[in-house]
Amino acid sequence: MKENLYNYILGIADNSLILGQRLGELCGHGPNLETDIALTNISLDLLGQTRSYFQYAAKIVGDDKTEDDIAFLRNERQYKNVLLVEQPNTHFGFVIGRQFLFDVYHLLFLEKMQSSNDEILVAIAKKSIKEVSYHERFSSDWIKRLGDGTAESNKKMQEAIDGLWRYTDELFQLTEVEKVMVSEGLGVEISLFKEAYYKRVSEVLKEATINIPESKYFQKGGKEGVHSEHMGYILADLQYMQRSYPNMKW
Amino acid sequence: MIIVQPNIEKKLIQTLESVSDPEIPVLTVLDLGVIREAIEVDGVICIKLTPTYSGCPAMDVIGDDLTKAFSEIGKETKIELILAPAWTTDWISEAGKRKMEEYGIAAPLEETADKDALLGNAKIVKCTNCGSKNTHLVSQFGSTACKALFKCDDCQEPFDYFKCLK
Repeated sequence: MKENLYNYILGIADNSLILGQRLGELCGHGPNLETDIALTNISLDLLGQTRSYFQYAAKIVGDDKTEDDIAFLRNERQYKNVLLVEQPNTHFGFVIGRQFLFDVYHLLFLEKMQSSNDEILVAIAKKSIKEVSYHERFSSDWIKRLGDGTAESNKKMQEAIDGLWRYTDELFQLTEVEKVMVSEGLGVEISLFKEAYYKRVSEVLKEATINIPESKYFQKGGKEGVHSEHMGYILADLQYMQRSYPNMKW
Repeated sequence: MIIVQPNIEKKLIQTLESVSDPEIPVLTVLDLGVIREAIEVDGVICIKLTPTYSGCPAMDVIGDDLTKAFSEIGKETKIELILAPAWTTDWISEAGKRKMEEYGIAAPLEETADKDALLGNAKIVKCTNCGSKNTHLVSQFGSTACKALFKCDDCQEPFDYFKCLK
């Protein structure tokens, strides 16, 4: 089995899975109907992308492994998503801030993944990038609307960006698996677009009259499976049916 | 832009046309352009299906409906979901776009116009109810992932716009 490739795919897919799950929590709870529908549509796109990755990963393992096994039957330490995507829906500012900080990364990442040596990853990238460009447009639009809105919305947007900023550096931390995949021409060299990421993020924040945090202290761990305290609760929700009724099917 | 002609055997068209998109029932799967290949191999109908959006729940239903339609004429099917080349709204047939408009969904504009419309820079999306272009974007995401929500400022009716995807 190509273990490095398998783990590499999970790293990418878990970001989409966990963010999709977080957004799914908002179904029926969005601030208004349009936003509720938009956020759950984004969730659906992310879960669809996750399925494509997990189907591929399941094929690599063989032995009748399915996408559902990978999604539902792992323990917390085996999920490799970044800490950013597991942060809670504290208030709408946090939902938008988290989405924006991830979307900008996601878009740049998929752009690069289109030139991987692995044709399935290329196909998934080409499919997903069309969806993610809509996500990025939606979230940057809202950052501006809230940041450059009322005093109250500006305060809350600033609070969210200040709170989430510490999770951005982890996006660019290369794991051992990623290093191997990059050397084999399959993986994305994420450090190459770190500058472009902060440039784009800063441009939007500036337009939104949001101050860019000066903090140099960053959190990391998710990509190695060391998660924040929120992760267990997400999995409790996500895995409930499979844990209660093992092997159940829809 | 690459337009890849789907490989569909003529004798299968009638059955394929009987299967429609569960979300937009006026469109057949051929109008939508999601069937990339349909050929008979040793008596089995082999179909390659591509999703419009990654998470589109209609795909599973379309797969089941195709299997059912062919089983009714005594044929077994093998359906494969493919991702490349990625689906684009260019693959929706002209007849499909017309049917979509009649059904009340504004058909996708070409790429640059679409961006202008979704960014609110230009009033170019035509109301499917009264035909006025005095419309505005309510939300980039509508009732399904493939649509945006618009409202007409003349007749006041809300309507869906099928987003351009390239």
